[in-house]
Amino acid sequence: MIAYNFAYLDEQTKRGIRRALLKAVAIPGWQVPFASREMPLPYGWGTGGIQVTAAIIGQDDRLKVIDQGADDTTNAVAIASFFRRMTGVETTTRTAEATIIQTRHRIPEQALTEDQVIVYQVPQPEPLWKLIPERPVARRAHALNDYGMMYVKLYEDITRFGRVSSAYDHPVMVNGRVLMSPSPIPAFDNPKMDAMPALQLFGAGRERRLYAVPPYTPVRSLDFTDHPFHPGRADGTCAFCGSTSSYLDEIIIDDHGTRRFLCSDTDYCAGRIEEAERRAEEGGR
Amino acid sequence: MAFVATKGGEDAIAAAHAWRADRRRGDGEGCTLRQATTSFGRAIDRVMAEGALYDPDLAARALLQAEGDLVEAAFLLRSYRATQPRLVDARPIDTTAMRVQRRVSAIFKDVLGGQRLGPTADYSHRLFDTGETAPESESAPAPVAAEPVAPLPGAMGILGGETLLEAIPAAGHDAPPADLTTMPLDFPASRPIRLQALARGDEGFLLSLAYSTQRGYGNTHPFVGELRMGEVAVSVVPPELGFAIEIGDIVVTECQMVNQFTGSKTVPPQFTRGYGLSVGHADRRAMSMALVERALRADELGEATGSPAQDPEFVLSHCDNIQATGFVEHLKLPHYVDFQSELEIIRAIRRQADEQRAEDGTDRKKEDGDDRV
Repeated sequence: MIAYNFAYLDEQTKRGIRRALLKAVAIPGWQVPFASREMPLPYGWGTGGIQVTAAIIGQDDRLKVIDQGADDTTNAVAIASFFRRMTGVETTTRTAEATIIQTRHRIPEQALTEDQVIVYQVPQPEPLWKLIPERPVARRAHALNDYGMMYVKLYEDITRFGRVSSAYDHPVMVNGRVLMSPSPIPAFDNPKMDAMPALQLFGAGRERRLYAVPPYTPVRSLDFTDHPFHPGRADGTCAFCGSTSSYLDEIIIDDHGTRRFLCSDTDYCAGRIEEAERRAEEGGR
Repeated sequence: MAFVATKGGEDAIAAAHAWRADRRRGDGEGCTLRQATTSFGRAIDRVMAEGALYDPDLAARALLQAEGDLVEAAFLLRSYRATQPRLVDARPIDTTAMRVQRRVSAIFKDVLGGQRLGPTADYSHRLFDTGETAPESESAPAPVAAEPVAPLPGAMGILGGETLLEAIPAAGHDAPPADLTTMPLDFPASRPIRLQALARGDEGFLLSLAYSTQRGYGNTHPFVGELRMGEVAVSVVPPELGFAIEIGDIVVTECQMVNQFTGSKTVPPQFTRGYGLSVGHADRRAMSMALVERALRADELGEATGSPAQDPEFVLSHCDNIQATGFVEHLKLPHYVDFQSELEIIRAIRRQADEQRAEDGTDRKKEDGDDRV
């Protein structure tokens, strides 16, 4: 008979992860090595985020898991059901009700609060990896605050395309010192990281790194004064809730390539529709 | 004395093989062909791909004979393949006409015909079943979804329509593509040759190379445009008939990778393609192949090169695990003659060095003596 501990990992392992997280919080944005374990989901599918969540989750927590902003995407569903199975903890789709939000590729539209923790799944914690594939060399650049090459990369983008070409995973400077990968969230979400009231934790299982942004920490997207950072979104309106400010998914609805835009954040979209229905009902009365 | 026996040893070889056969059978009956065929589908698919022969029954037989050693099983299949006459070339299979069991696109939330997971381990929790009974998924009959529309249009057509995606790269000439099985690999290798080599390449090698590109060693900025698996018809045109007839169905997995491309002086920025195709249900294999295929196009697209996965000669010359395992393991063979000559050389060099040193020593003593004078 095989039995699993609360939240899958043994207590010692969870404590080790929490210790690494404390260090991560103490040095915002800094990548802290940790003894990442093999999780029952494949590397690259959120093992870092799952380990962070497993280390911090308690009986009283309410967990929300999103992938691409949505609660109903296959990977999010699989992770949420994993935690229900391994902790008995209640999961929710409501951003406001969650105490822990584990995410892949998005930050919810609704602003997070001091009572919440957002856990990012990170495929590539090293923001310099495309410029320096050798990790020890990259670590040295961090230690020496030597980020000139990243600015050169952005400059080259501007000279070639007239704009910065990174649409997601746009590097950020944390607390004015450490260059950090925000994980592959769209540039649209980057500004939400700045001075966020919620604790932001990042887990990269395969690369065995954790990092964190404590509440109210300055997070600046890398840019130039004459080429300010531009958080982009599809220029459209959500076909369901009519939002003109949320991040949108493009959906193709027939073979002629007709497309519609929908909110990527499904909870935000559903909330707005509910709100509109409630108002319409009140108006009717 | 045992060492000497490796030189002759016909009896020793027979006894060794008998021992192996004994072990393979175990205490009971051993695994039957039928059990192997149904229980080890993915292993059979891999053996067929690397063995470059589509025959699930033969592959199952090879798997059993090879004690589950996949490379050895592929080797058996490849050797058998070599004995078969080439009667006629099949026409290119049409994957758009596939009877799709599985089809996912990672670039669009929804695509025409829908996302279809099919029979997959994706999104499963890799946990041992804790109960006494069989896992739920094994005991309950699987629900059956409606048949997908056929043919299921490719998910990437939309991008092509906007010309955001490059046209399918040309093979380079109008003649029938070169055939890797009828000529030795040579460089520069055409795209058909590269694809053929990768299609039968070692899955582990392809996987690791593909992974290296994801960690900065030849990044290709990939997205899975579409991954589909299902049955496709194989047809041939017999010379005496002059028209195509279907001779059977095979299961294949196809991966169309969409990769960022920053453009060049003549081509605007657009997405490029990496292509992977494998017989059987083989997501990992098809995806790895697509990543490596795209990485190998770095030079053609004017991208920075220098990483292992971008070097066609390095990749293609070393991806065949039948060649690789043979040559690596050949080191077990007797090499006494070569070794003896090495031994002689190394002794001669040392002797020479010793003599030189002795001579130098004498000289130095002589010099020291001179100083004293």
